[in-house]
Amino acid sequence: MSILASGSPDGKELTIKVKGRFDFSAHQEFRSAYESAPDSMNSFIVDLRDATYLDSSALGMLLLLRDHAGGDTAHVRIVNCNPDVRKILTISNFEQLFSIM
Amino acid sequence: MSERLQLLVADDNSTDRMILEAILRRLGHDVLAADNGEQAIQLFIDKHPDMVLLDVMMPGLDGIATARRLRELAGEELVPIIFVTSLHAVSDLTACLDAGGDDFISKPYNPTILKAKLNAFTRTRLLHKEVQAQREFLIQEQRMAKAIFDNIAHHGVLNAPNIRYRISPMSIFNGDVLVAARQPSGDLLVLLGDFTGHGLPAAIGTLPLSEIFHGMAGKGFSLEYILREINTKLKNVLPTGVFCCATAACLSYRGRSIEVWAGGLPDGVIFNRRSRELRQIASSHLPLGILSDRDFKYEPTLFEMSEGDLVYLWSDGIVETANAKGEQFGLERVLALFNASADGAGVFDGVLAAVQDFSADGRQQDDHTLIEIALAPGAEGFEHPASARRKLAPSALGPQRWQLHYELKADSLRQFDPVPMLTHVFLQVPGLRQHGGKVNTILSELFSNALEHGVLGLSSALKADAHGFHQYYQLRAERLQALQEGYVNVTAEHEPKAGGGGVLTLTVQDSGQGFDCAALPGDQGNPKFYGRGMILVSSLCQRVQYLEPGNQVTVEFAWDDA
Repeated sequence: MSILASGSPDGKELTIKVKGRFDFSAHQEFRSAYESAPDSMNSFIVDLRDATYLDSSALGMLLLLRDHAGGDTAHVRIVNCNPDVRKILTISNFEQLFSIM
Repeated sequence: MSERLQLLVADDNSTDRMILEAILRRLGHDVLAADNGEQAIQLFIDKHPDMVLLDVMMPGLDGIATARRLRELAGEELVPIIFVTSLHAVSDLTACLDAGGDDFISKPYNPTILKAKLNAFTRTRLLHKEVQAQREFLIQEQRMAKAIFDNIAHHGVLNAPNIRYRISPMSIFNGDVLVAARQPSGDLLVLLGDFTGHGLPAAIGTLPLSEIFHGMAGKGFSLEYILREINTKLKNVLPTGVFCCATAACLSYRGRSIEVWAGGLPDGVIFNRRSRELRQIASSHLPLGILSDRDFKYEPTLFEMSEGDLVYLWSDGIVETANAKGEQFGLERVLALFNASADGAGVFDGVLAAVQDFSADGRQQDDHTLIEIALAPGAEGFEHPASARRKLAPSALGPQRWQLHYELKADSLRQFDPVPMLTHVFLQVPGLRQHGGKVNTILSELFSNALEHGVLGLSSALKADAHGFHQYYQLRAERLQALQEGYVNVTAEHEPKAGGGGVLTLTVQDSGQGFDCAALPGDQGNPKFYGRGMILVSSLCQRVQYLEPGNQVTVEFAWDDA
């Protein structure tokens, strides 16, 4: 499991890439990725292309990110979901809170 | 580090043994001596030494075999075994460790090295003891916590004859919760929840959830109010990122409907034994504890209830159980079990057995939460089981003689159901609470008739068939939403009777057109006007009277102090 964070050239958007199993072990790193980002970052992308698995603690981490990013006014997109990951997000109806692609 | 230890020394060479004993005694320890393996084992059993120094090469039972036996005898206790040896080959030393030895000391003995090793092991033993004590303490705490949880998150009416359920005995610590209650009207409410996380933090959320559920259900609040309240409470007390996936259902025998709110759990199923029709209950809401009250949605799926329906709900443990290859059991396999069953009998056990067979480590079927609710005919009883269970002590103090008038106009009718609140007020009469179910049923029936037939102009003839059923509720929702004018008013009066008990008189009036009530008195067999509900009300009340033009009805409910 690894987390890779990169900022956009204009410094406004942070992309967090999660590789491997997105579960409780990712907690520390995922959190530091967005907490240590500069305040100018107001838009977030969570790239799950290489994520093999998502459990409820991952859903919890996404909620924490959304909260950090402003709650109802947050701009958080979840992208490149494989069918399994998509399914988990659908059952939890997370598309009501996040933009999922 | 000068604890006085009791040490066991085993060496067949008496000179070596005596030298070692002397060194150890000079270091301040007590020594037990054996000159062979069997004797060492016997001394170990009799005297429980703190540590063992064992020669590898002994006739009969050698050091390696002795060490193995001592390990077995020690069990959970940490008893360090130090091999004394003149062997130096790595393979020999490895064999010693494999046999359960913790360390070596070579002959000739160096007292300083020996002292250092004994000290190191003493520290380790103390640490081990501390860890064991803490573990015992935690286990005791958990036992107590579980006992408290069991009382609060109690199973309510889960033990009714038409319900089968399995909940993991350790469910408290994996965040699963299953509660069921009967409302005063006789409707059955069930909630299956799965909190995120593990252990005590996941379990804590079950407390407010159960309290709210049981408290509100008993007062007749609808599922929507209950879920809304639970959601708000969980949002407030749980940290962000912790939530509760849940499916909740209201089985209304009088309304012949099953209303389901599903948020985050895998699909449940309604399977009909007779037609073999399978209807899936899909999750369409966010789990509880995430949204604020303002954003919380209650958009349940409404199913018509038929004879032979079986409602199944499960937590994701069932669907996610993995086999040795890492494949999940999956919803498809569960559905296949339903389709393969002849009449639904045995599906409950079948699912549990199939999941257990499938699982990689033959994991206990105890680890899952699953519920099956059969629609029992005659489940219409409105005798609130809780009142039988909980010998309600009638409060001596309370209002016995009073009158109230409550009117709701259109905008309030759109948003608020006054029945639970009014029932609660009526039941303040000392002793009337025993008849809570009947009072609630009567008020509920009169109010919904006034609202649906009177104000909204709906005809219950529409509910006659399956299609009409959905149409009726859809029309109800639409017309209520669009309501601009109209009112329902409730007048209630209570008079105590001389020998105990009393008479509750209820009058409900609505702004509707009314209907031809000339045909009514005694015409209880005419479902076109009365409907099932009014027949029930008539059987409960000593008097039922409609007033022209039919938009007002007065009933008298007489009761005795049982």
